[in-house]
Amino acid sequence: MRIALFVTCLVDALYPQVGQATAALLERLGHQVLFPAGQTCCGQMHANTGYAREAVTLVRHHVDVFEDADVIVTPSGSCGGSVRHQHAVLARDAGDEALAARARAVAARTYELSELLVDVLGVEDVGAYYPRRVTYHPTCHSLRVLRVGDRPLRLLRQVAGMTLLELPDAATCCGFGGTFAVKNAATSTAMLADKMRHIVGSGAEVVTAGDASCLMHIGGGLSRLRAPTRTVHLAEILASTAAGPR
Amino acid sequence: MSRVFLGVPAPPGVPAPTGVGQLRGTRPFPDAARDALADPQLRRNLAHATGVIRAKRAAAVAELDDWEALRLAGEAIKRATMASLDTHLVRLEAEVSARGGTVHWARDAREANAIVTGLVRSTGADEVVKVKSMATQEIGLNDALTAAGVTPVETDLAELIVQLGDDRPSHILVPAIHRNRAEIRDLFLREMPGVDPDLAAEPRALAMAARAHLRRTFLRARVAVSGANLAIAETGTLAVVESEGNGRMCLTLPETLITVMGIEKVLPRWSDLEVFLQLLPRSSTGERMNPYTSLWTGVTPGDGPRVFHLVLLDNGRTAALADRTGRDALHCIRCSACLNVCPVYERTGGHAYGSIYPGPIGAVLAPQLTGIHGTPDGDGGSLDFNGSLPFASSLCGACFDACPVRIDIPSLLVRLRAAAVDAARERALPTAEALTMAAAAQVMASPTRFAAAETAARLGGRLAGRRSGRLSALPWPLSAWTATRDAPRPPAQTFRQWWSHTHPDQP
Repeated sequence: MRIALFVTCLVDALYPQVGQATAALLERLGHQVLFPAGQTCCGQMHANTGYAREAVTLVRHHVDVFEDADVIVTPSGSCGGSVRHQHAVLARDAGDEALAARARAVAARTYELSELLVDVLGVEDVGAYYPRRVTYHPTCHSLRVLRVGDRPLRLLRQVAGMTLLELPDAATCCGFGGTFAVKNAATSTAMLADKMRHIVGSGAEVVTAGDASCLMHIGGGLSRLRAPTRTVHLAEILASTAAGPR
Repeated sequence: MSRVFLGVPAPPGVPAPTGVGQLRGTRPFPDAARDALADPQLRRNLAHATGVIRAKRAAAVAELDDWEALRLAGEAIKRATMASLDTHLVRLEAEVSARGGTVHWARDAREANAIVTGLVRSTGADEVVKVKSMATQEIGLNDALTAAGVTPVETDLAELIVQLGDDRPSHILVPAIHRNRAEIRDLFLREMPGVDPDLAAEPRALAMAARAHLRRTFLRARVAVSGANLAIAETGTLAVVESEGNGRMCLTLPETLITVMGIEKVLPRWSDLEVFLQLLPRSSTGERMNPYTSLWTGVTPGDGPRVFHLVLLDNGRTAALADRTGRDALHCIRCSACLNVCPVYERTGGHAYGSIYPGPIGAVLAPQLTGIHGTPDGDGGSLDFNGSLPFASSLCGACFDACPVRIDIPSLLVRLRAAAVDAARERALPTAEALTMAAAAQVMASPTRFAAAETAARLGGRLAGRRSGRLSALPWPLSAWTATRDAPRPPAQTFRQWWSHTHPDQP
């Protein structure tokens, strides 16, 4: 299958290893990965901060770039959620019904990584090997916007060598929330503190999730505390093999 | 004929009133939240109480296999009702009047207070007993009654705690959720005349003390004031659901009953009760059915109050109904499930929201009812702190999942954020944030500009983080991030650089 990678602006700029892992994983499974070079940002930060007008510019750009792709994958529940549930609404609210229709068509072909693997490619055991103690944080937008359910866990349970540890209060937000983390920094930090307490308490060496943004938040807190737990994106674990560990 | 008003009927061309009353705070949310977060006792009280209610609700909801169907039914009934609210309200007025009640229309909190105060004074009573009611909290009725020389007595235990402490409610269902039992015991010892000086800080002992305190008042009260959870247009029936029985006392013992109800509480049909009497208790107290459900229709000779007044309160609801965003927020049945699952509310408590409607739905309702452009009630300047409320959410979506009538609160918050930003855009000078967002959108609309910006940021970030490998101090506004969290050090190359090196054959 020819799969277009929407890598997201955050991964592109700060976490290239997540995009590399996504591409490596899909290529290992026998698919061709394309990277439409014109891609930038889905506009979620603008939209969720109240800058709908600016967000529509980015929606139009995203649709222009991805319109010709057969299948689009993104290693982010949050950006995938924006494409699927926000783009057409933003376009319609701006009075651009034509753009809304095009955005709906792109949305219908856009999948978050675990959705693509389980629903489209029909695979749960991706042949990964990751000999570490891992706990999984289901990010809010994966869980409650895209409704990926237990797909990431089904993928993780098949990873050889890995010990999957339960995360108490897993479904509770880590406090990131985009610009919320800055605008309401004190509340955000209080939420993060509880999330970190559960992560460190789980005994995991690694906390994983399907969103680099939430992991940036959690990782930033763990790093500040000099906590031993590292953050690793789901794609990196699934891309890791005995021959090519990550 | 085109319909000019969907809510309270009014002559064409007359603008719908905006909400006034206890709907605004005196500080922006982040400031008020910071104080609440610094209070460890408050955080313990809230974490414990919301945790208990969350677990109860989850269990009560899980035992129904048609819960999602009930939510869909609740949403559908509310949506259909709102689409012709005016006709249901006129029908309600006709049915209540036909059964011996009197209906009053209040455009805003001031009018509602004037109506209720006038009605109480005309009875000659100098005291009223009150059923817990968000509508009367919204309009600040207790202050209005007190100013008119009438003593309001709250008879719901938690409302009594709030009243005795000269406090404000911090939760829709559990207004004294910010207090623990030891604090309540101390308050009773201080404020409740004749209370046992050895009063134990146990729920039962505290409830019995309140019961003894209230009993005398119930027996002498001539006027009661209530809210309403539901009203049925086709029969003119009002409903109050409660747990303590104090409501039943207020609704049956006094000669005169005055009910203040937000206009959005009306339902068309008696059969609609089937849906809402299942959704409400399971969502609010986590019970299959609440202990007391009182239904009354007008007045009945020899049974209950001899005089019944219904005050229909607009206070911004008609204006909200005209707005696509506001309309869905009016579906709220005040169950408070969204508060109990909200990670922000759990940590800040309700007072941080300023308005008497806290939590996720409050962050939507308060700015909707008052309007984001509005000026604060009273004499305080021109700052509108309700504009900060839609940002008091990480948009985690737990509220939407818990809402019994499926109000998409995160989407409403995002729309209100846009309204707040657009209001700010109308000022003479754009804010620093607006300039940053506009610049970022311009950069991100072009892959060339985006790649150039990435290079600049990466170099800066790598220089700043080259010793430790992490960024622990960034300039404003990102200093709010690095105060408690490290920022990642930018990588040696971006993904798109890596891709162009490793996939040179692809364009």
